[in-house]
Amino acid sequence: MSPRHGFGRILVANRGEIAARVIRTCRRLGIETVLTVSDADAGSRPARLADKTIRIGPAPALASYLDADAVAAAAVAAGADAVHPGYGFLSENPRLARACAAAGVVFIGPAPETLEATGDKLAARELAIAAGLPVLPGAEAEPAGAAGLAARIGYPVLVKAAGGGGGRGLRVVRDPADLAHAVTVASAEAAAAFGDPRVYLERYVSPARHVEVQLLGDGDRVVHLGDRDCSVQRRYQKLIEEAPAPLLGAGLRQRLRAAAVALGERLSYRGAGTVEFLVDPGREAHYFLEVNARIQVEHPVTEAVTGLDIVAEQIAIAEGRPLRIRQEDVTFSGHAIECRINAEDPAAGFLPSPGTITNAVFPAGVRVDTHVQAGSAVPPHYDSLLAKIIAHGPDRAAAIGRLAGALGQCVIDGVATNLGMHRALLASEEFAAGGVDTRYLERVLDGESAAAVLENYGAGRG
Amino acid sequence: MELSNEDVADILALLDSLPYNEFDLQTPRFRLTLRRVPGGGWTEESQILADPVAIKPAADGAKAGARAGTGGDVGAGEVAGARADAVAAEAAGRGATGTEGERDGLVAVAAPLPGTFYRAPRPGAAPFVEVGDEVGEDTVVAIVETMKLMNSVHAGTRGRVAEICLGNAEPAAQGATLMLIEPPA
Repeated sequence: MSPRHGFGRILVANRGEIAARVIRTCRRLGIETVLTVSDADAGSRPARLADKTIRIGPAPALASYLDADAVAAAAVAAGADAVHPGYGFLSENPRLARACAAAGVVFIGPAPETLEATGDKLAARELAIAAGLPVLPGAEAEPAGAAGLAARIGYPVLVKAAGGGGGRGLRVVRDPADLAHAVTVASAEAAAAFGDPRVYLERYVSPARHVEVQLLGDGDRVVHLGDRDCSVQRRYQKLIEEAPAPLLGAGLRQRLRAAAVALGERLSYRGAGTVEFLVDPGREAHYFLEVNARIQVEHPVTEAVTGLDIVAEQIAIAEGRPLRIRQEDVTFSGHAIECRINAEDPAAGFLPSPGTITNAVFPAGVRVDTHVQAGSAVPPHYDSLLAKIIAHGPDRAAAIGRLAGALGQCVIDGVATNLGMHRALLASEEFAAGGVDTRYLERVLDGESAAAVLENYGAGRG
Repeated sequence: MELSNEDVADILALLDSLPYNEFDLQTPRFRLTLRRVPGGGWTEESQILADPVAIKPAADGAKAGARAGTGGDVGAGEVAGARADAVAAEAAGRGATGTEGERDGLVAVAAPLPGTFYRAPRPGAAPFVEVGDEVGEDTVVAIVETMKLMNSVHAGTRGRVAEICLGNAEPAAQGATLMLIEPPA
């Protein structure tokens, strides 16, 4: 152990903006970083930012970033004390957590048992019920009993895959005549995609908002870092997130936070995690959705309003320290909003746009988490996130104003981006009013206002 | 080293009071350009110029050791990894070649985007088409996965599938020939 009794070297087992993000905190803490790279990322900006890089395989993620044994072996070869898995890829994979433990390397994340429980959506639902959290009416669906179950729940119902998550494996059924087919197909798809044919039915709520609570735990104590609203989504992919969730009654906000902490305590949660809820704004009701047992893309808005560095807390917890924060120490200041700038073309049906960045100009004075610079490759093998722009202001209107100004200064050439869409959304009255539901963006894109949004797309393409 | 966000904020605070509109700093490791925006504020362009420092990847022995350490819990992931390795190695040979174009009156079905070519809607399912199948213009003949998005590929022309030019899960360059269609005589 080094004099600071902490990690001297961390293997960052990810790519993209979160790799650069984790490296930044490690550097501030005086921890050396070794970044895993596939052949497609050997010369990336995060590879240049890291102290060292180590190759883990060819470009396809299956053969590199998703190969748990290659990651554990890289940790050993790099002489790392710990592995930070970022988000996505293997971040919630109990096999990586176990492979690290077997190799004598600390996995920066929850215990493998926690990852197993939260990764199985049905098991997580049972845990939530046991912890006293409200869940949507529903249950596991056998093809034979599905019709009766759906009738008891009430249409429309949502068919979900037990092994899914993050919006994958979902379908809405509005007509009882379509149910049997939907359950059969969903089960077959779930078996193929997740290796688990189990599906379950839940009541489908619309309009609904997506609100989540950030947790930190040390295996003993759990604190929350407040809530975030992530309702601006397209096909269950979040595009704008903010903290705190706007227009939430004080009572409902307290119930959400208390529910998340209760579930974290039930899990003896260790590390950073998020409890996602569906909020029915009409009924002022909230329902448990799932637990994300890792750092999330949208964590910077929480950092902006709390002043905390969640990656630094993850590292401290993984080093075996008790939580350094008491609940009463967590204070909230102002409002923060994040836009995800993706390499995709909203004018062409959100077609992905891989390529080479020729020019990358970002606003100075607001937080920008990115992995691209002039000359960066945007490979077709991975997700399309280029950058997150985060603005913080004393109130929501100020944050929107700052973010709109910042987006106006942003220029990304070489690939198509959704910058123009973000500029249009930030200028929309409905978003400015706050509390939009999860179908807001699709309504904007489909509806009359689409023309206005599309007019702005030109500015975002390059 | 790289400048931290705090360093940049300090430089900006200093620049705000000075009569300059552009600040350019270059070291062997990075380049930072700050430009004043008319009407207030600054933009930032930064480039890390330092080359990555690659360390020796895990030797085969180390990898085997780690795998042994996980006990019997290998299996699917390992097989998948090995399979994708082989696919990538094969692809280096022929996957990324450009358009072959028309050949002997055959019409090429080109990849609309660079990505991974899939012959079936999901793992284990029957392929969309086989050689010899009749297709119409709108027949879905393949999927190209780009940035985690599945894009359907249509035949684009009426005819019979004469050749499937890439193997399942192989990478395809933009415009690469995925299949050849023989139009009706």
